[in-house]
Amino acid sequence: MSDRTDSARTWWEGLARAAFSGLQAGERLDVYYAGESSDFARFNAGRVRQGGTVEQNRVSLSLSCGARQASSAIDLAGQLDADTLRVRQEVAALRALVPALPEDPWLLLADGEPDTVREVTGRPDDPGDVLDLVVGSAPAGADVVGIYAAGTVRRAFASSTGQRNWHEVASSHLDWSAHRQDARDRAVKKDLAGPSFDASAFERKAGEVARELEVLARPAHKVAPGRYRAWLGPAALHEWMQMLAWGGFGLKAQRTKQSPLLRMLEGDARFGTDVHLEEHVEGALAPAFQGDGFARPARVPLVTAGAPAGALVSPRSSREFGVPHTGASDAERPEALTMAGGSLAPDDVLGSLGTGLYVGNLWYLNFSDRMACRATGMTRFATFWVEGGEIVAPVDTMRFDETAYHMLGDNLVAIGSDVETLADGSTYGARSTDVWRLPGVLVEDYALTL
Amino acid sequence: MLEGLEASFRRTCPAVEHASLRWHRESRNVAHVRNDVLEPWMRGDEAGVLVTVRDGGGAGYAATSDLSDAGLAEAFRRAQGWAARTRGRSIQAEVPLPTPVEGSYEGPAEQPFTRVAPAELIDRLRQSCAEMTVDPSIVDRHASLEHVDVETLLLDSAGMRVHQRYEVTIPFAVAVAHVAGDSQVRTLGGRGHARQGGLEVLERILPPGRARRVADEARELLAAPMCPEQTCDVVLAPDQMILQIHESIGHPLELDRILGDERNYAGTSFVTLDMFGTYRYGSELLDVTFDPDVHGQVASYAFDDDGTPAKRQWLIRKGILERGLGGAASQARSGVPGVANARACAWNRPPIDRMANLNLEPGTSSFDELVGAVEDGVYMETNCSWSIDDARNKFQFGCEMGRRIRDGKLAELVRKPNYRGISATFWRNLAGVGDASTREVLGTPNCGKGEPNQMVRVGHASPACHFRDIAVFGGA
Repeated sequence: MSDRTDSARTWWEGLARAAFSGLQAGERLDVYYAGESSDFARFNAGRVRQGGTVEQNRVSLSLSCGARQASSAIDLAGQLDADTLRVRQEVAALRALVPALPEDPWLLLADGEPDTVREVTGRPDDPGDVLDLVVGSAPAGADVVGIYAAGTVRRAFASSTGQRNWHEVASSHLDWSAHRQDARDRAVKKDLAGPSFDASAFERKAGEVARELEVLARPAHKVAPGRYRAWLGPAALHEWMQMLAWGGFGLKAQRTKQSPLLRMLEGDARFGTDVHLEEHVEGALAPAFQGDGFARPARVPLVTAGAPAGALVSPRSSREFGVPHTGASDAERPEALTMAGGSLAPDDVLGSLGTGLYVGNLWYLNFSDRMACRATGMTRFATFWVEGGEIVAPVDTMRFDETAYHMLGDNLVAIGSDVETLADGSTYGARSTDVWRLPGVLVEDYALTL
Repeated sequence: MLEGLEASFRRTCPAVEHASLRWHRESRNVAHVRNDVLEPWMRGDEAGVLVTVRDGGGAGYAATSDLSDAGLAEAFRRAQGWAARTRGRSIQAEVPLPTPVEGSYEGPAEQPFTRVAPAELIDRLRQSCAEMTVDPSIVDRHASLEHVDVETLLLDSAGMRVHQRYEVTIPFAVAVAHVAGDSQVRTLGGRGHARQGGLEVLERILPPGRARRVADEARELLAAPMCPEQTCDVVLAPDQMILQIHESIGHPLELDRILGDERNYAGTSFVTLDMFGTYRYGSELLDVTFDPDVHGQVASYAFDDDGTPAKRQWLIRKGILERGLGGAASQARSGVPGVANARACAWNRPPIDRMANLNLEPGTSSFDELVGAVEDGVYMETNCSWSIDDARNKFQFGCEMGRRIRDGKLAELVRKPNYRGISATFWRNLAGVGDASTREVLGTPNCGKGEPNQMVRVGHASPACHFRDIAVFGGA
């Protein structure tokens, strides 16, 4: 939002009023807003590769006439007069299109949903100060590489029926890694997220980076393909859960037999009884309403005691399959997935692992057999060989090919008691508001293949 | 509109060493029929500018959709702020300034999208969707079309003016077959068939009657045996070759990866700068070009987003690595020859090194000759799974459909075919390259990279190819 306007919320409310004032009899207009004021700086080896600011105001207009609907996403200037004109032009285009469309039997529009306001403010970062601290933080013999993304993220919904929702959160996200200059693939990855940049937290993490880089200086332990006892840290489990979230928890994928959890849904497989998963939006960075204005319940159980307990249901799937919706987006994908912690204390992880792999991160997972919930992927960043409960050496990049039913079922030894908050650093099109909360897991016979 | 924007640029451009403005608009229409029901029609008009400033040893950018004089002036003020903030530590500020050029590009569109009534297009997609109702085992059917009208204008303070416009059309058909705990998905278009052009692309990729074959193949795969686990020869169809080229040639040759810019996200490369000019990337049969001038290929253009004129270049010739995929900035930083491939995905992201049209050149073998050279192997079609390490070396890919090759002939279907290998050795096992009759001009709309993240369309053209001694396997 430009400094030249009073505030983003004032602009939004004025825009909604103007958009609805020109509607014709029998029309309904729903408007979803995704805006952000973002500073981005990417850096490499003590220098700034690219730095800049993005001011973005994307509005999705959905015009309905009875059971016919068409939508349009447009970018606006953040200036009320010009934007009002632009919105009216686009509504007119939708008005011309809608009569050509057939009635939609699965269309469900928000009705009686609550008005909400959530604003989380933070002290604005000074990007120059952050860069001063971060870009020059590399220990001797290492490069720091990554991205700093900060500023305000806004989401809002307004309907000509009168519903209003506003969500504005300040966030600062530093996603970086430190790479030894003397050895390729020897790197440590960290991230730091919050309403504002926390310099003291960064200093603590920079200290961890320096210590871990020292271990990475040791000669690599050669690991042959085979099965290994392994600790998958929260960031590694996050990558795995991204795969399960790809159709795993959505009702449409489940009912159309495309869910990777199909075997579990049909009673042929299950996770361990200590595995509990839920969508938990309460207090999360994600808004408590979705793009069509439906409220999202605070918690949606997905897996309880290792067995299916529910699904993410969009309003559209609700109509199609006759199941109450859970305020999910059309993608029916978790935005605030939470897994319950277990009993393995952080200080006991290495001892319980004994001998095996300590995996900090995984990378580039994809299904090798979707129906078996079997995925392949790579280790990346700090992965260590552990003997006698002590980290002894780094391990070079290895490929795994494993099923979630082994990892979280038959071969699950323990779940970490520490549940880590993992802010999604994704910035495709816009900055993500997803925040997941996950522990690590200790597993037996984890399959490495290449 | 463009004249007004140019005038605004001239009025608001600050007095700095160099400034630029890139306007980027994508107007989109998406029609999607699922199980005979039209999902809500989606339009889009995403547009804005990204201005840049280089001054005093710093560089910065600012993006906005406020195209008024006040909006552009504010964006330039912010970009100047970043130039000041990065003074003395900016990589961008040290690369050569672009040479001012004037030019334009207009993509092909035999049947412009705007000439077809929505109701006619909906009927057409409904017909394709209905064709897939071949059997009760088909549990989900999709037929969709995405059309994007892309227009960009690049101006700079030295007099550059580059205007480019093209249409992109992406048809997609999907059939999901399910029985007794297993599902098989067969697709056509979508991930692999993005093309420049209008509705003629729909007629080429998904003509009436074609969707039925998609559903038939999904159904037939349910009854097929699992792909065997063995080391053997494979023949890869063009719609798998494009993924193989993309992941294990395209990404490793991106100079910004080699320079380390992507180490925190997309990764590095097993290729190092000293390899260019001498490294044997593949067998003598491997010829790969960067070719922005293929009619209808999805990433054809005349200039990249830095304004560098684009032309066909050899990247790998007779298996030897010659040139990297890097724009002017990366070429200056690395000292390695590159191509015009600095590209931005949208108005709100700065250009970085991307693939564009990256093509494997045809050889001399007919399809029958490729298959005929295989005694015992597997033929694979249509990528469905992709995973590769961050240095783009150890990979594992999966396909929707496989077929055994026995004694030089295609034999029975096999399901869930996967294979794995290592880029640095895989291409040296290239044993046969199909001729022009096996070549398809394809492209994907989804190549992700960069911080902040950018998703771009990239084109790949390839013939079918034959590889020896590949580790092949099936599902669980």
